[in-house]
Order: sequence, then C-alpha cells, then structure tokens
Amino acid sequence: MSKFEFTRRGLIKSGAAVGAGLAMPTILSRPAFSYTNEPKGGTVTLGFNVPQTGPYADEGNDELLAQTLAVEHLNGEGDGGCLATFSSKALKGNGILGKKVQFVTGDTQTKSDAARASAKSMIEKDGAIMINGGSSSGVAVAVQGLCQEAGVIFMAGLTHANDTTGKDRKANGFRHFFNAYMSGAALAPVLAKEMGADRRAYHLTADYNWGWTQEESIKASTEALGWETVNTVKTPLASTDFSSYIAPVINAGADVLVLNHYGGNMVNSLTNAIQFGLLDKAVNGKDFKIVVPLYSELMAAGAGDNIKGVLGSMNYNWQLENEGSKAFVKSFGEKHGRPPSNSAQTCYAQVLLYADACERAGTFNPCGVVEALEGFEFDGLGNGPTSYRKEDHQCFKDVLVVRGAQNPTTKFDTLEIVEITPVSQVTYPPNHPMFGGDEATLGKCNPGA
Amino acid sequence: MFGLDKRDTTLFLFVVAITLLAPFLLNPFPTESALAQFNAGYPDLMQRFVIFGIFAIGFNILFGLTGYLSFGHAAFLGVGSYAAVWMFKLLSFNIIPAIALSIIVAGVFSLAIGYVCLRRSGIYFSILTLAFAQMSFAMAYSVLSNPSFNLTNGETGLQVYASDPQYLKGDGPDLTHLFGLEMNATKTLELGAWEFQFNTGFYVCAVFMIFAFYIAMRIFRSPFGLMLRAIKTNQTRLNYTGINSRPYTLAAFVISGMYAGLAGGLLAATDPLAGAERMQWTASGEVVLMTILGGAGTLLGPILGAAFIKYFENIFSKINDTVLHSWFSFMPESIDNFLVAIIHPFVGKGWHLTLGLMFMLIVIFLPGGLVDGGQRIWNRITGRSRTQNEPVADPKPAE
Repeated sequence: MSKFEFTRRGLIKSGAAVGAGLAMPTILSRPAFSYTNEPKGGTVTLGFNVPQTGPYADEGNDELLAQTLAVEHLNGEGDGGCLATFSSKALKGNGILGKKVQFVTGDTQTKSDAARASAKSMIEKDGAIMINGGSSSGVAVAVQGLCQEAGVIFMAGLTHANDTTGKDRKANGFRHFFNAYMSGAALAPVLAKEMGADRRAYHLTADYNWGWTQEESIKASTEALGWETVNTVKTPLASTDFSSYIAPVINAGADVLVLNHYGGNMVNSLTNAIQFGLLDKAVNGKDFKIVVPLYSELMAAGAGDNIKGVLGSMNYNWQLENEGSKAFVKSFGEKHGRPPSNSAQTCYAQVLLYADACERAGTFNPCGVVEALEGFEFDGLGNGPTSYRKEDHQCFKDVLVVRGAQNPTTKFDTLEIVEITPVSQVTYPPNHPMFGGDEATLGKCNPGA
Repeated sequence: MFGLDKRDTTLFLFVVAITLLAPFLLNPFPTESALAQFNAGYPDLMQRFVIFGIFAIGFNILFGLTGYLSFGHAAFLGVGSYAAVWMFKLLSFNIIPAIALSIIVAGVFSLAIGYVCLRRSGIYFSILTLAFAQMSFAMAYSVLSNPSFNLTNGETGLQVYASDPQYLKGDGPDLTHLFGLEMNATKTLELGAWEFQFNTGFYVCAVFMIFAFYIAMRIFRSPFGLMLRAIKTNQTRLNYTGINSRPYTLAAFVISGMYAGLAGGLLAATDPLAGAERMQWTASGEVVLMTILGGAGTLLGPILGAAFIKYFENIFSKINDTVLHSWFSFMPESIDNFLVAIIHPFVGKGWHLTLGLMFMLIVIFLPGGLVDGGQRIWNRITGRSRTQNEPVADPKPAE
C-alpha cells in the first residue's frame, strides 16, 4: 500500500473531480413530483412492513399472506375475494387507477428503529406510496410519524393502544383495528352479566405503553359497573415466568384476574395462572375467573387448553357470518389451507380500502386519499358496517367479545363468539381524555415533495 | 499532511473519498434492472452506514486498543439519542445543540458507568457493562416513561410534538436542520439509466464521520494510544512497573462513550425519534459484531463492519419470494420453484441466517476481519508475502 505515490498534482486533480461530482446535482436534477413518489409508469408500489422476525413474527407472516392476497385481488387475479362484497364498487380488478399493483416487503423486527429504517427504504428506494402492516403499537406510532413527515399514507396493521389514534394521531395515518378503550367498553357489560357487578379485580399488566392504556381502559369501564380494583401490578415485558406474580393474587382477596398481556406474555401468564389452579378456587363465595382483554388466534393456539372459558375481545374472527367475511375466509382458506387471523383480516381490509380511496379520489395524492377516507362509511370487508371518523382517523365498527371454546371441533375454532357489541356502545368523543384530550390533533395532511 | 504520516494520509484520503462518493459507489446498478435490489445508495441506508461507522470507530478505540470488551455500548447511543430529541423538544430543530448535548450526556453517563465497571477486567467487565446497559434499557422502556414522569415515552419512542415548547424555534423549519439546511433534503441526479441521490443528512453525518475517523487515527498513533495497547498486551506487567492503568482505560471508555453519544445524536438528527430498543443488548452485541467482522484494532475495519451488517439488515431482509421468482422467471417453472425454495431460507426473514454464516466464515478464515481479507487480496496482487507486510512490533524503543 505504501507504494502509492501521493503528489500535489494528483490531489488537485482528484479534488477537482470530486468537486465536479458534487456540483452535478445542482445542474441536473430530476423533474419535481407533485407529491412523494407519484407513480409515473404503469405500476404503483405499496410497502408491506411487517414483523418477520422477533416475538410477533407469526402475526407478521399472516399479515403478509393477506396483503399478497389483497394485491392479487386488486390486480384481478384469484377469485376477487371481497371485491365482490365491498359496498363501494370503485375497484374493477384492474389495479389501482389502471396501474398494476406491485409490492415490496420489509422486516420491522417489532422495533421502532428497524421498522422506520425499513419503511424509509421502501419510500426512498422503492418508491412506495403507502405503507401497511405492523403488529405492535410502538411500531405503528413510530412508522405513522415517519409517513406523516415523508408524505405517504400509513394504514396501520395490528395496533391496540389508544395512543395510535389518540395523542399520537396523524393526518396521513389510519387505523382499522379497534383499541383498548373499545375492548373495555365491549367487555364490561358481558363481564357484568356473567360474573356479577360486585367483583374484585386484580390486574397484571405488561409494563409498557400498550399495557398501561389497556389497564386504564379496562379499569375505568369495570369500575363504572361497580367492580373494585384490588391491585394493579406491572410485569416486565421480558418475563417468561409469572408464578411470582400469580401467587399473591388469591391472598389479595381478588376473585377476577385481568391479564393485560399480549403474545407470548399472555400465553405464559395464563398458563401459570391455570397451573396455580386459580380457576378451581372460590373466593368471596364466587368462582374465580380470568379475563384476557385482547385475544388473537395465534395466542389461543399457543395457550392450548388453558383458554377454555376465558373471556376476551377481538377485532375480527373468521367465524363471523357476513358476506364479506365469508368471501375473505374462502379466498384465504383456499390459498393457505387455514382460516385467516384477526391481524390478517385487518391488513387485507386496509389494502383494499386504500386502493378504493385512490379510485374514488381519482389520484394517489395523499391529501386526496385522506379526504376520500375521512368519514367514509362502508360494508362488506368482513367487519360489518364500518366508518372512519374524520377527527381522529379511527375506524368504528362492532367489537367481538369471545370466549375460549369448551369443546372445539378443530384446531381453528378454539374461540367462540359470545357477543357482537354494537358500535354505538364503544363510541367515544374524539377529545376523550384517554385519547390525548383537547390537545390531540391530526395536523395537516402532508403530500411531501 | 494533517500531522499524519504518508501511509496514514493515504488511508485517510481514501476514507474521505469513499465516504463522499458513496452515493455513486453504492448505486452501481441501473434503477430499472433486476439487480437494483442490491443498490444501497438511498439516503436512509447511507446515513446508517456512516452513523454506525462512527459508533463502531468509537467502540474500536476501547475494544481494539485496550482489549476491554464492553457489552453495553448501546446504552450510550441510546442516551445520546434521548438527549438530542429532548433538545429538539425544548429548543429547536437545529441539530448542533442537540448533538453537543448528546455527546456531553453520553460522556457523563459513560464516566459514571466506566468508573464502576473498570474496577474489574475481562469477562467481569463485560458482564458489568451488559448489566448496566440492560438496566438502562429497562429504565427507558418502562420505569422512566410512566405517565407522571415521562422522560423516554417507553415503547412508543420519544418524539417531537407540535405542542412542545421549542423555545428557540421561532419561524425555523419543522424538520431537523443545520442552520436552515434541512436534513432530509435530497437532490436526485439522473445519468442515463442510473439515479443517484444526494442527501443533506448523509453529507452532514459523513463530515462527522470523517472527523471522528481522523480523531481515532490520531489517538491510535499517539503515546496515549500506545499506552492503551500496552494495557491490552499485558496489564499486570504495566501495573508492576508502577503505572496506574485505570485513568487510561477510563479515558478510553469515556471517549468511546462520547463517540456512541455522537452516533446517537446523529441518529436522532436524521430521524427525530428515540426508541428504547436502541439500548437493548442486541444493539450492544451488534457493534461488537461490526468491529470484529471488520477487524478489531484496525482503523478501517469498524467502518467496513458497520456497513456490512447494515447492508444485510436492510437489503437482504427485503428480498422476498416475488423478487426471487422475478429473477428466475426465465427458467422452466419447476427449476424456478426449486431455486426459490433453496434460496428462500437465506433471504427475507432469513437475513439473520445469512449474516450468521458470513460471520462464521469470516471469523474462521479471516481472523483479522474484512481488513485482513483485503490485505490478503492486496498481497496476492502485489505478490508480497504476508510476513513482510505485517507491522511487527514497533522497532522504536519505548520511552
């Protein structure tokens, strides 16, 4: 290496070359877009940003299958799925606005940083015009903020914390999933009916943002019924053994255990609770009960027999008997040999909704899309009649209260629907204190560029 | 030049050149071609290359010179990010105060942690730093983000809201900027089928990295650097000669902590959000991997290692089956499916697997990392034998 001669002349020459290279972009720069990543050719690119590694990888992969299916349907391949049942008839199965739909995928790793890096690369490198997916609220909020800054639309995947459309709401972001407040509002009456109005509840809560908002919501709605909250205990997210948290529950004189846990946490804490024989005990003259406010099929599969009889809420279940749900389950089932999960349906619906909004707006411009989605009411995507509220971009629809089935016939119907709580019961004002109060605003839609 | 000898000057100018020309070097394939998948010349990834380059250069000052393996360096990166975002929230979106504070806070933090941890060496030191970093992570993730005292905003990550005070903002831009120069401004240059992106944020970070590299180079060549190497070689003997080695290790620890703080500040400057995952032990492990992969104790190694790992994380994780099918679509369908089935486990969600295999291969066959590999190839080309080029112990007598 030391043979390399370094001369003054050489330095001046290379310096000039570097300088010229750096000056180039000011001379030649490409024609301006009227908004970020305006599709110019015959195709339009969507970005599917889901966890492919990490604790929620299963959910992420299910989302990806549903998103791929949605793209097929948009491009007129496959059986068309919900295109036939969707109440808006703007989609023709010829792509979006005549452009063939392509997609790129990325791995969020369920980390805000990685998710933003992956979303950024989709926007900056691949020219994605919409980002969809994700399986945690932290990631959803982080990516939503990024999309707002970059000027693309964000259709959130599975995110349940109030903040996503609460204090962190953004004009370019939309959430199809329900939230912790809705879980509380939907569960409380069923709990009162099944367990009575004078219960003593004990909360175990995953110690992070989602856990707290859920605890707050469930606590508020059960206390409104007359329940008493004995204690709320925060458990570290990384815990795998909850025995030491379960043991004090009985001594505290509680007769209901509320597990504000998700994914692997919930599987472990529920298993521990069953092993301690909580469900066989009787406290204060009542049978002990367990409640898991947010359920998913994948958690139910993980917890096996332990979920029998345990109550919880869900955004969607494949057993719903409406036209949209049947069309989607058929389409997904024929392709993958099993029914779709809650998160898969969310992402599928989000992709179709976005495409439909572009068609109705007649443009891919994010501001046009936002306008088309705000206040949009529709049916036929699986959840029944649904509307997107203008003030916070939260979607309002019926919420399902489910229970672990006592005698499942297959491994897919481990959850049974107890009640479909009507949307009116879970609606709240946009400036609700749990959602950032009066301070929370969407800001202005940002078309970027 | 710049107080460096000829060989170092060449190396320094080489680093300057590849850094500044990165937008060209990283986009070798035309935009519409199938190989464009492998292009890395887009702003976000280029920023990450240089920022994690700074992080690894700093880590190498500690690990490469003194041999103290810190397993908790991500904590300093994390506090740097939090400090920077708080400056954005309180003052304005100008990155200079943010970066200054992030370096200072990381320096103070590393002084405190280093003071405790450096009482032990070897594996005990590593475990102590790991414990402190995990503690910081847990604090940031939940303890310090409870509603009554919200310093870090937990899982969601600390970000700037429109309702934040930003006392010095005035009419300034709503995006991070360097005295009005917006960090995310990008110029695109189209040359035939190629497209090159020049991003302000990248060039700002690049200047910081070049500066960081220069400082590291001076440290490596200074008497202080020699003392650090002496600690690595035989600390006991050094102590017997009456030299107290702890001030030196502590200084190295704090310097590398400040480098990490700088990297954290720059991460926040390019993207004003600080998440607790930045402090997790996987992030600390990543910088160890970067340094070893590139070549611990070499100047150039950490930068190469950082780029290598970030490239895999961002490029390989995005290759999905659809992309694979499009590559092999010219072949008969059965062969196409067969090839996709073989490659599938190594790309997309399997990028960790590929990275792991590469890491194993490099550690087994190139113990000196990528730099070692480069040297071997260079020697093969120039026909020099390996021993000749090896910088055997410094011939100059010790003072």
